[in-house]
Amino acid sequence: MDFRALFQPKTLAVIGVSLQNDQHPANVVFNKNHLRYPVKVFPVNPKGGSLQGEVVFKKIADIPQKVDLAVIAARAEHVPEILSECIKCGTGGAAVISGGFAEIGRNDLQESLVSMAKKADFPFIGPNCLGIYAPSIVDSFFLPSERMVRPEQGNVAVVSQSGGILVDQMLKFKEEGIGLSLGVSIGNKAMIREIDLLKYLEKDPATRVIAFYVEGFARGEGRDFVLAAARCPKPVIVIKSGKSPGGSKAVSSHTASLAGDYEVFSQVLAQMGVVEAKDELELISFCESLSCYQTPIEGKIGIITGSGGHGAMAVDVCSAHGLLVPGLATPEQERIREDLSRSIKTIASLGNPIDLTGSAVDEDFVSTARHLSTIPEIDCVLMLLLPYLPGITSDLGARLSSIYQKEGKALIAYVPHVEKFRMLIEGFELNGVPVSHSIEAAVLMAEALRRCQPC
Amino acid sequence: MLKKQIKETLEASKHNGWVLEPDAKALLHSYEIGVPRFTWAVNMDEALQFVREHGFPVVAKVVSPQILHKSDVGGVVPGIDNDEKLHDTFQRFSKMEAFAGMLVEEMDAGRELMIGAKVDEQFGPIILFGMGGTAVEIYNDTVLRMAPLQKQDIPFMIKNLKAHRLLEGYRGSKPVNKEALTKVLLAFSDLVMDIHEFIESIDLNPVLCSPEQCVVVDARIMLNRK
Repeated sequence: MDFRALFQPKTLAVIGVSLQNDQHPANVVFNKNHLRYPVKVFPVNPKGGSLQGEVVFKKIADIPQKVDLAVIAARAEHVPEILSECIKCGTGGAAVISGGFAEIGRNDLQESLVSMAKKADFPFIGPNCLGIYAPSIVDSFFLPSERMVRPEQGNVAVVSQSGGILVDQMLKFKEEGIGLSLGVSIGNKAMIREIDLLKYLEKDPATRVIAFYVEGFARGEGRDFVLAAARCPKPVIVIKSGKSPGGSKAVSSHTASLAGDYEVFSQVLAQMGVVEAKDELELISFCESLSCYQTPIEGKIGIITGSGGHGAMAVDVCSAHGLLVPGLATPEQERIREDLSRSIKTIASLGNPIDLTGSAVDEDFVSTARHLSTIPEIDCVLMLLLPYLPGITSDLGARLSSIYQKEGKALIAYVPHVEKFRMLIEGFELNGVPVSHSIEAAVLMAEALRRCQPC
Repeated sequence: MLKKQIKETLEASKHNGWVLEPDAKALLHSYEIGVPRFTWAVNMDEALQFVREHGFPVVAKVVSPQILHKSDVGGVVPGIDNDEKLHDTFQRFSKMEAFAGMLVEEMDAGRELMIGAKVDEQFGPIILFGMGGTAVEIYNDTVLRMAPLQKQDIPFMIKNLKAHRLLEGYRGSKPVNKEALTKVLLAFSDLVMDIHEFIESIDLNPVLCSPEQCVVVDARIMLNRK
């Protein structure tokens, strides 16, 4: 099945626009695409008339051009007929954002869409979803533009069973400087399901990391999904909700009681090399880290900081995650010391974690990071920066990033995320180095590189 | 390929919901999974004949389609070392509900492990491996893998157990026979792939692993009702 019409449409029909109510979801979708996106948009309502000076077509067949994507926001009972018209006039695909299907027990209505679409090999997203957010191409979310927080265009795709979770993750992507290649809310996933999008995204050149929010799989579907994910050369991250066992089923065997739904889910994902994020912090950290680096590490962490406390905290978190912080041999420490500025030469502690002290300047961080980036004892450098130290300037992010560019060893930074340190943060982010807002998240970023073995 | 005889056993047990232990053991044996030598004695003479051939001590277990949890009703007697005890046990078992005989079995020794299977709604056949015994739910030291298992999975499965050092030789004890353990796990995985359409879950618990061998001491195969 060809999904290009869905995710890279040149023409868009918005079916179900209201002629009276400009707050109607279909009108919101029409307005934002009409005003902000390059896609050519056609409003459709059986009554005809005009909207924002544009002709409202009575049916999709009246549109004088081939329509790539139809966004359907009409009442559920009208959707089967609309979908059938879309198929008849050669529309490329649809996003059915209307609710009122299987989620309220109308499986019959949903089934009629699926059987029709399958017969015609017609791809549709939903129903009961927000649909598609393809940066700079199209946006079927019925959320007014000014209310949305849009992340930069980037290389992480997010597929979510919940529209709300997707919008929230987009907000967090923006906060953390993670770029999005495609966001898809699949709702009831009547036809297009996780595995279909996994296969599409695997081939999508704009996507390097594929993240899923999953509530559950249908019978046997989990098996097919993990087998496909295991074959996928791009990192696949999954976050699952509904982890606690639902109800106390009487279980007559030890295995059935020990192998609960979530335990199986979690361990099978790990077996197949799929990175499971246990919570939102892990999800965001894993996405950011894997969007920058895809070379797996063993987990030998070198920690550089200007504060002994930060170093000690990071060591604790590393050890809780099974990451090693190997001590450095004395000759190695001496080589590092030689390049340090005079004011800290005798007071810096270089055993790993490396505490350059509050008197360190940019050059000290740079030279130490360069050392750690060239020795085999370390396969990932954590740089915990305190931008309020007087010797640190806003240039340090870009300067440290260039060490990664040259040496190729993963570098992960921690910088408190407040506006006044923005330039330092962007110095990392814009040069392909992930920056976390907490020590814990920085360690999770390293953890992602260790967990994602096939990438 | 599922053998005809196995299919017949499973079909015949369906109305009961699970496979009687002697049948389950015969099924395991046909996959070359080690079980202790045993006899399914329906009278005292058959029980005596087994101990004449193989000697004491033995363990006796009640066979009844109505008794799934044998220990809970006093249906398992280990360490029987004379004719009189064997006789008394038989007499007591024979009064139990739906008595269908007594399993008389050699006693083995080794680390108590557990091997299990479950047909998961989302992921299909799943294999469980871990520390065994009657308190498995309390310790919950197990790993899960989607079947079929590959040979290279086994070392990771062992290493993922909290108690893995007990299997590798701990404080003077010898390590369990990894080769035998690997063979049992892989054969079990084959069995599960062959019969997953019939089953809901399987418990092999305990599986006794020593430096010499691994044998399945108790086996419970729960069938699906479909």
